[in-house]
Amino acid sequence: MLTKRASLKLATAFAALMIAGSAHAAEKLRLLTWSGYAPADVIEQFKKETGIEVEVTTSNNEEIISKLRATQGAGFDIVQPSQDRIAGPQTEFGIYKPLDLSKIKSDQFIASMLEATKKNTSVDGKVYGVPHIWGTDGLVVNTKAAPKVADYNDLCDPSLAGKTSFRAKRPALIAFAFANGMDPFAAYGDAKAYAALMEKVGAKLAECKKNVKFFWEGSDQLLNAVRSGEIVAAMAWDTGGWKLNAENADMKFIAPKSGALGWVDTFAIPAKGRNDDAAYKWINFNMRPEIAAKVAAAAGNFTASNGADKLMQGKLKDQFAESFPKAAIDNIKWYPAVPAGLEEIEGKVLDRLKAGS
Amino acid sequence: MSQKPARSLTLFLLLAPAVLWLGLLIVLPHVEILVLSFSERVAPRVYAFGFGNYLEFFTEPLYWRTFARTAIMSIIVTALTLVLAFPIALYIARVAQGRLKAMLLLLCLLPFWVSELVRTLGWMILLRETGIISYTLRAIGLADQPVELLYNDGAVILGLVYGGLLFMIVPLANALESLEPSVVEAGFDLGGSRWTVLRRIVIPHAMPGIVAGSIIVFMLTVGNFATPVLLGGKNGLWFTEQIYAQFITRFNWPQGAAFGMLLLMLSSAIVWAGLRLTGQSLGTTLKQA
Repeated sequence: MLTKRASLKLATAFAALMIAGSAHAAEKLRLLTWSGYAPADVIEQFKKETGIEVEVTTSNNEEIISKLRATQGAGFDIVQPSQDRIAGPQTEFGIYKPLDLSKIKSDQFIASMLEATKKNTSVDGKVYGVPHIWGTDGLVVNTKAAPKVADYNDLCDPSLAGKTSFRAKRPALIAFAFANGMDPFAAYGDAKAYAALMEKVGAKLAECKKNVKFFWEGSDQLLNAVRSGEIVAAMAWDTGGWKLNAENADMKFIAPKSGALGWVDTFAIPAKGRNDDAAYKWINFNMRPEIAAKVAAAAGNFTASNGADKLMQGKLKDQFAESFPKAAIDNIKWYPAVPAGLEEIEGKVLDRLKAGS
Repeated sequence: MSQKPARSLTLFLLLAPAVLWLGLLIVLPHVEILVLSFSERVAPRVYAFGFGNYLEFFTEPLYWRTFARTAIMSIIVTALTLVLAFPIALYIARVAQGRLKAMLLLLCLLPFWVSELVRTLGWMILLRETGIISYTLRAIGLADQPVELLYNDGAVILGLVYGGLLFMIVPLANALESLEPSVVEAGFDLGGSRWTVLRRIVIPHAMPGIVAGSIIVFMLTVGNFATPVLLGGKNGLWFTEQIYAQFITRFNWPQGAAFGMLLLMLSSAIVWAGLRLTGQSLGTTLKQA
């Protein structure tokens, strides 16, 4: 049996715990994002201005969706999935909250990008995401060791056997579809046609697997392998390519002939987020040009903030200009929203690719 | 009479943590996984009862082949671990004395003070194309270009054997410790060769330890995730990776749950078959472990 004193102690401890819990909830913003999107000095400044502490968890698209699905949208107050990964999961699992656009300062955004993202992240007339950071997927090439690489298919060239890499995820499927003369986005509406198209892409990739050293998982793993010379050409994000380029001018990010793939990471609010006010404050704070420029520089990518580009440092601008001539910009393939159900088709193709030898 | 309820209450309170632990953390999640594995997606947010997720495993060669590969490689790993661990355990249990014995056990334990992930990354540093072994081979003239030792089945088996060694040595050493020296001497006195003594006296005595160690190593290996993924690279497909993929990257929880249940049932069946083949019962084995 508990003595009186012990139970008193227990009660006090409980009370203290509850007070501590509620006090924290009042001033904390739980952010689920990509690494590099919330630099320490930006978090510091946000706390100084608003008194809100930001708790950062880093992740990727699949894990953001899985984490929210496990809790039906609880555990975080603001998340940053890519714009094409909002409508499908929202339809399927209901993990996001519609945004109150009146609380967002829309003049801080590049207007065309805001409109496109709103359209892509709408379900039943409600908007679920606004743009934050954007960039592309293309080719990271060691131009000294592999001077001829110009398109995704070149990663399968026998002369580069054992020295190339891509991620065994959906961007690879989309990229190799375009590189082999198919248009996957046009087939989005027709699941049967899409499955047939993906079969073909899967066969192409299975053949290419012999040439690949590994399917990379994290960007550090890939960058290290390129630095050491183990990998000379890979499908990867522009930011990684430019990071390498800053260290060694032979390493370049190349916009592939069949088109770089353009992605936009957004701000979205989980269905059971507890601190929406702080979330909107964080969005408006982040889209201020001077803050957006800081974040973009830390992430090595571009921002959807209107006017931040004038504040960006020269290096990234030059690198972008070298990688993207005018025609390459026009050729960027922007991901449309993935309809629910298509990822299952892709999943099976990827499973087979991983299992094949 | 008045003492009895008090005593059973004490017993209940003493057992409560274990029962809660088992019930809340082992039984309940498994029941939920089992229920989940029987649901099929019909439309967004609509699920129906069905066996489709289990059928998928048997009709799609990809999945059961991955499982077969995982099971066969795990059996190879278990056998290799046993062969490597037996002399070490024999030495620790029979030859080493006092401080040397404690130190040898400590040496086996030491690698487990860092996490599995760090140990695996250590192997990657050794084995990769620009790694230490490849560099040494070139330096002494045994290879004229960088050698890639990672990303093949050999690397996966190496990593898994390394990870399983301790769990084989401890039950083996335990079993061998209780072997009476006089029995071994009697064997030699009766004219038995070293091989005969080992085969007819030492191994039968150590059998419960062998089975216990093998079960632990096999289960740990089948359920491993990090080692095959990191050391195997593009060719290191392991069944746990399929489960992870279904849950995390495909958002297909029912399929992942079905795979999880299948892994549990099929690996239990293999352990059961192993017990039957060696004529051991689970009871004596558990006492040894």
